[in-house]
Amino acid sequence: MIRSLRWKGAAFTVPFQLGFVFLYLLPIGYAVHQSLFTEQSSGLGLGGSTETFSGLDNYQQGLTDSAFMGSVLRVVLFACVQIPVMLLISLVLALLLDALTARAAGGFRILLLVPYMIPGVVAAIVWINLYSPEVGPLTPLGEAFGLDWNFFAPSMVWPSIGNLLTWHGIGYNMVIIYAALQAVPRELFEAARLDGASERRIALSIKIPHVRGALVLTGMLSIIQMLQIFNEPALFRNITPQTVNDSFTPIMIIYNQAFNAGDYHYAAALSVLLALILGVASFLFYRLTSREAD
Amino acid sequence: MVLTEDRTEKPPTRPVRRLGRLGRPDRAARSRGGQRFLLIGLVLASVYSLFPVWWLIVAATKDRTGLYQSNGLWFSGMHLWDNLRQLFTYDDGIFLRWTANSLLYAGVGSLGGTLIALATGYGLARFDFPGRRLVFACVVGSFLIPIALLTLPLYLMFSEIGLVDTPWAMLIPCLINPFSVYLAKVYTESTIPFELLEAARIDGAGELRIFFSIVLRMMTTGGATVFLLAFVNTWNAFFLPLTVLRGEENWTLNLGLYNWSGKRLESGVDLTSLVLTGALLSIVPMAIMMIAMRRYWRTGVTLGALK
Repeated sequence: MIRSLRWKGAAFTVPFQLGFVFLYLLPIGYAVHQSLFTEQSSGLGLGGSTETFSGLDNYQQGLTDSAFMGSVLRVVLFACVQIPVMLLISLVLALLLDALTARAAGGFRILLLVPYMIPGVVAAIVWINLYSPEVGPLTPLGEAFGLDWNFFAPSMVWPSIGNLLTWHGIGYNMVIIYAALQAVPRELFEAARLDGASERRIALSIKIPHVRGALVLTGMLSIIQMLQIFNEPALFRNITPQTVNDSFTPIMIIYNQAFNAGDYHYAAALSVLLALILGVASFLFYRLTSREAD
Repeated sequence: MVLTEDRTEKPPTRPVRRLGRLGRPDRAARSRGGQRFLLIGLVLASVYSLFPVWWLIVAATKDRTGLYQSNGLWFSGMHLWDNLRQLFTYDDGIFLRWTANSLLYAGVGSLGGTLIALATGYGLARFDFPGRRLVFACVVGSFLIPIALLTLPLYLMFSEIGLVDTPWAMLIPCLINPFSVYLAKVYTESTIPFELLEAARIDGAGELRIFFSIVLRMMTTGGATVFLLAFVNTWNAFFLPLTVLRGEENWTLNLGLYNWSGKRLESGVDLTSLVLTGALLSIVPMAIMMIAMRRYWRTGVTLGALK
């Protein structure tokens, strides 16, 4: 290729490169830099404060911070329940859609995608009100069946958030799995039917193995989202601040360290730690699931 | 019933299924019970998906007593207009301001972001320059970066240069969207042939001219998807505006609704009715966009999965 053309091509990407440096690389560098310092107020706080280099102290503090590590563990445990449930429902729905005719499947697909179109904050507002004993229909419904449920009770908060996330995420995950199912060569199913395989057998032995890639992908995206969960607990906190305290999830702790405690250095160290945990979690998940496939 | 009609139409649309002719009788036999099971499952799932939205629509039409006392799943009195009037007049019409802000951030931010993404995607897909792989590696690598890691230092940087609490603090981050770049690159690869660019060059067209009058025009579908997804993302954003916007005159709808829903705990003011009507309204632009661009976003959603 002509030399000048190369540089003209590169020029198309210059605005992005500049923006990427300013909005991605610089902030990350800045966060890492900040995380290596601590702020010390001198003399009763009257003489202002000085930043002193503290090396990895903030990281050490973060790794032994029971509130932070507890919140990571809390979110990971929750992810271990919610993500498989959500993906299983999405998979079953995708299999059901796949067995329908294209036209009927199209109609159901749109209906099932409605929650995905709703902004996360609005979805949380809607469910919080559905759960509310004052305005929501779920409490009287429970009473009608003799159930005295309180969706905001400490033991119920995660299931309540889990239901909200599942409701919000099923459609999107289903569409991705369905797209993968549609890509499976139809001849395979017909051949299996000729061999006398039942529909259930076909689903288990042909369809599900073929959508493994889509499941791994949706699983990884869900894990990444879950470790960063913030909106839903933040809105639940408006209702039950005792149960959903300000160290409920990792991002809530980071936000509080930065804006309520005013310790940007520690907050920066925690966000770098969270990024590392996230990287390790996705890597492990990917390795684990792709090894099984071999 | 509709299903049986459809079955007969099937073969022409999907020739591959015709191979199944031999298996047909067997399938028909199993399908009666099977189809019913399928439909029950899907109808139940649809009810689960839709009833919260239905409840929200119903709740937005009720006055306070209706909201607290009547059956949540059915109407009682039509007060939608009163609610809307209250919503838009409460606190000097701040809700309208938030709506305008959200539209501004999502509209202008996504438009600029889409243009930058299309140029970058085109540059990456159709030119071979030193560092191209590195740029692309940055694009893909950034998918894994958690928001807190970026937002917090961005807040500090923006406050150094006086951008915090201005619309720029929302608009500038929207301009750079690696996922949009990724989509734009994929679309370029599938729509812009090398031969076409060669032909235009031989005809003496400059690179900028080629981009603006040929490439952009051929990429309208891809561009629309990129714009739509960016718009939805910005409209839904919560952590970034919460961090970089302080004064309520610059807030987004999400931030405003969040604040209102916390009012009760904070000061005992119950704004539930306003919050619900506002929540319903904030879905409307999403619904319009999604319906208007249904053709485009479906591919966007599935392509999104490839990242």
